[in-house]
Amino acid sequence: MYPPAFDYLRAESVEEALDLLSDTEDAELLAGGHSLLPTIKSGLADPGTLIDVGGIDDLSGVETTEEGVWIGATTTYADALKSETLAERAPAVADAIGEIGDVQVRNRGTVGGNVAHADPASDLPGPLLAADATVHVRGADGERSIPIDDYFLAMYATAIEEGEIVTGIEIPACEGSGAYVKKTSPSSGYAVVGVGVRLAVSGGEIESARVGANGAFGYGRRLGPVEEFLAGETIDGGDVAAEAGERATADVEEWELIEDIDTSSEFRGRLLEAYAERAVDRALDRAG
Amino acid sequence: MPVETVEAEDVRAGEFAGSAVKRREDPHLLTGEARYTDDVQYPRMAHLALLGSQYGHAEIGAIDTSAAEESEGVLAVYTHEDLTESGIDGTMPAADPENGVAVERPLLARERVRYQGQPVAAVVAEGRYDAFRALDLIEVEYDRLEAAPELEDALAEGAPRLHDAAEGNVCFESETGDEEATEEAFSDADHTVALTVANNRVIPTAMEPRAAVARYRKSEDALIVELSSQNPHSVQDRLSDVLDVPEHRVTVRVPDVGGGFGAKLQPYSGHLLSAWCAMALERPIKWQARRTDDFQSMVHARHQETEIEAALSAEGDLLGLRGHIDADLGGYATGGGVGIPQGTAAMLCGQYDVPAGHVSVRGVFTNTAPISAYRGAGRPEAAYVIERLGSACARELEIDPAEFRRRNFIPSKEFPVETALGRSYDSGDYEKTLDRALEIVGYDGFRQRQEAAREEEKYLGIGFSSYVEVCGGSSGDMEGGLVRMNPEGGVVVGTGTQDTGQGHATSFAQVVADELGVDYDAVEVIEGDTDRVPEGGGTAGSRSLPMGGGALREAAGRLVEKGRTIAAHQLEASEADIEFDDGEFRVRGVPDRTVTIEAVAEAAYSPGDLPEGVDAGMEETAFFTPEGSTAPFGTHVAIVEVDPDTGELGFERYVAVDDVGTQINPKLVEGQIKGGIAQGIGQAVYEEGRYDENANLATGSLQDYAMPKSWQLPEVDWESTETPSPNNPLGAKGVGEAGTIAAMPAVVNAAIDALSPFGVDDLDAPLSEETLWRAARGETR
Repeated sequence: MYPPAFDYLRAESVEEALDLLSDTEDAELLAGGHSLLPTIKSGLADPGTLIDVGGIDDLSGVETTEEGVWIGATTTYADALKSETLAERAPAVADAIGEIGDVQVRNRGTVGGNVAHADPASDLPGPLLAADATVHVRGADGERSIPIDDYFLAMYATAIEEGEIVTGIEIPACEGSGAYVKKTSPSSGYAVVGVGVRLAVSGGEIESARVGANGAFGYGRRLGPVEEFLAGETIDGGDVAAEAGERATADVEEWELIEDIDTSSEFRGRLLEAYAERAVDRALDRAG
Repeated sequence: MPVETVEAEDVRAGEFAGSAVKRREDPHLLTGEARYTDDVQYPRMAHLALLGSQYGHAEIGAIDTSAAEESEGVLAVYTHEDLTESGIDGTMPAADPENGVAVERPLLARERVRYQGQPVAAVVAEGRYDAFRALDLIEVEYDRLEAAPELEDALAEGAPRLHDAAEGNVCFESETGDEEATEEAFSDADHTVALTVANNRVIPTAMEPRAAVARYRKSEDALIVELSSQNPHSVQDRLSDVLDVPEHRVTVRVPDVGGGFGAKLQPYSGHLLSAWCAMALERPIKWQARRTDDFQSMVHARHQETEIEAALSAEGDLLGLRGHIDADLGGYATGGGVGIPQGTAAMLCGQYDVPAGHVSVRGVFTNTAPISAYRGAGRPEAAYVIERLGSACARELEIDPAEFRRRNFIPSKEFPVETALGRSYDSGDYEKTLDRALEIVGYDGFRQRQEAAREEEKYLGIGFSSYVEVCGGSSGDMEGGLVRMNPEGGVVVGTGTQDTGQGHATSFAQVVADELGVDYDAVEVIEGDTDRVPEGGGTAGSRSLPMGGGALREAAGRLVEKGRTIAAHQLEASEADIEFDDGEFRVRGVPDRTVTIEAVAEAAYSPGDLPEGVDAGMEETAFFTPEGSTAPFGTHVAIVEVDPDTGELGFERYVAVDDVGTQINPKLVEGQIKGGIAQGIGQAVYEEGRYDENANLATGSLQDYAMPKSWQLPEVDWESTETPSPNNPLGAKGVGEAGTIAAMPAVVNAAIDALSPFGVDDLDAPLSEETLWRAARGETR
């Protein structure tokens, strides 16, 4: 639990961070340090240099945009939670941020750090998939944006390329309703499963739905059969949530579900169904 | 309703005991003034770190320390050989059980390692980081052996043998009770009910991991060790033994302690080696265990597997009890490891009048961390077994579980009693706590409510735990208490117990202030310094108040008697005519002839003012031995709801009615009970120390080991009754462990009741969602 020695550099601007990143061998970016530092301390990473981007003002803050909401990469969870816009325009994401860790973690950890680290049991992959977010990155060749559906590749692996920095996450405004619920691990507090839902609602009818899960799989993944079922249902139509939940594992093979010392993949599948139901139920409640 | 605290200044003199005086420890602890062992710093202090074994079972070949020795900042690297070369034998005192074998416990592994994390080598370096860096550079040749992490593995035919001396990995066997009478009871029985009950392994996890700072003054040959401990005098004794230093040259001091729970009773390799290194290097040495070090190599607790069977009459009277306990000792036997399961066996009658009983115990070595004491130490295991069995009997005989208990209680008029398994209970009124608990929880209407809820597919369950435990020291135990009144009237008291969060300074001051009739704030309490307090037995087995409080009360009483002699002289009256009340000595019948105890104390230090034959000074030390142990008891009732579709368990209600004898401070009692319940619920619902088949600890961090957080625990409705103990002058029974002992069976019984519509009549803790979900589906994981 004591990290090996590393060098520490502080970047004052994105440009400087990019320069440092390209000039330094074996470097990792540090923002809030609530994913990277525990990883280093438990011996799973041993970077030679940490480049601290946590102090770059340009990267921090939640802004209302024409289409929705922008969350700067180094915005702490606690600051993101203060944003009314986020709660309004991306309810599932706001729910999820409120579920991350505890007060201390939320005061230090950052949204961009979370997305870059891509822990499969973190609370953000599911709701960001549901929210149809876009991850903005910048590298030596300039900026590019990555649709969330193309972003999570595998456990701790994303579409961010060598030398790129996450600058922010853009979320289109939710015209309807959304929610995120999770089964919290009694030990770590991470999601055993977590499900984010976004419903586009018009005249009491669900026009379309996006549903994403974390904790259940090696990486954040959408639950297609649930989405397909929800489209066209009415928000007060009897057993909608229960029927949606039943479909959460419809196209899932048991081997795809995570198995660990606490939870078998079989039971994780059951929890995924139950929490998909609860997430839909909460989103429907909010739509009504 | 939670107990309301009061300010000491609002309490009338002489009435401190029994008042919920605010903890005087809190300002110190809450404002960051607290000083834990890791806060202790000395010039030239170096840091000790230990290399733990990578494997759970292996022969050790060569250990190459050369790279570590050359690493930056490293002062020395030691292995077992270095210890023996220094002239000590390099072992800790071993448990030597009757009907069993004693095996050596090396400070640093010799030839073989028997659990993952067992200390193998030690590094001392200038800085803590230097020491940890060097640990990684030590190369140990391990020749891995087949491992036996579970009791089943260790007891299997052809199992790998951990110790040459222990055939079949059995360390000892013992029994208690009367086998013949028990067999007779079973042959006369109308019914028998048998159950296999597993007590799951838990890992004591105090907020503050183990730590020590040791200094050696060569010119005086004096060793001073500061450490996080529950028992400074036994650490002193152990240091003297292991390092071959006379005890009077060893001082042990205990700074603030962030929890112990039994796991900090004994000094570990790190504590003892800090002292050895301080002597070898003549520098102050600090050892601060990391959290994972504590998970791997501090003691673990509880793990027992028990077969238990009740013999019953047709009406549901208990006629006999028989059983067998297989107790996991871990890789080495500690005194606790050997003693605890035998204590469990003796406690298995619980609150019940059982005419005949017989229980055998087998202590078994496994490739896991050694097992020893954890809050309750043997009694939670017993309460879990007997209270599970009680509910099973009620179910089998279709008797209401509360009624079954009441029917079989030891009647209050029969105390003191000795049970068929050999435990003495001092006093009790079991029906009273049961009745009150039933009333609070609204048991009358519960079954209808449960029925109605089931129709709506909500599964409520109620669980009972009518527990008794035995603690508070014994007639073979002693505790020292020192009470000194200074010439200006201030009072300093010292005892050999050790606060690790309980609030001793508050409650001991209450006891002594009343006895001397002085102000609460005039009493200063000292613990945790073997130079300043009399010999004592530390804090364990809920003994601090019955024993330490008893000793202080006795010493204070003697001080009053001395004061009476001096007052008689001052007031020119005969001693027999001197009354003492409210801090004043008075001549009987002459109300204006008085002298305060403070004035008497002042005179006590002026030999010219003293009567002939009276020594100067106002100070007494008493070594107190009680008449016997105490037996706290009570009933806890849990109502839970289990969702069979997800296995999720929620608490609807948790009611606790406890009797811990006379209460000195009801707020501290309430806190102890509630904290204890948290630990009992931890074992019932969340916690389990688990090893994989290669004896690697799978739950070696707080990421993986589920210590309950506040949001995972219910509100507790707490009430109490007070049945004084006749065995000590305070009437206090001790409260440190009662909540933990009570909680687990209440919760597991409630979950079984909740899932009974699914045919569930047995569950193993911890009650994870998957366990409950599978049980509702008729499966086990």
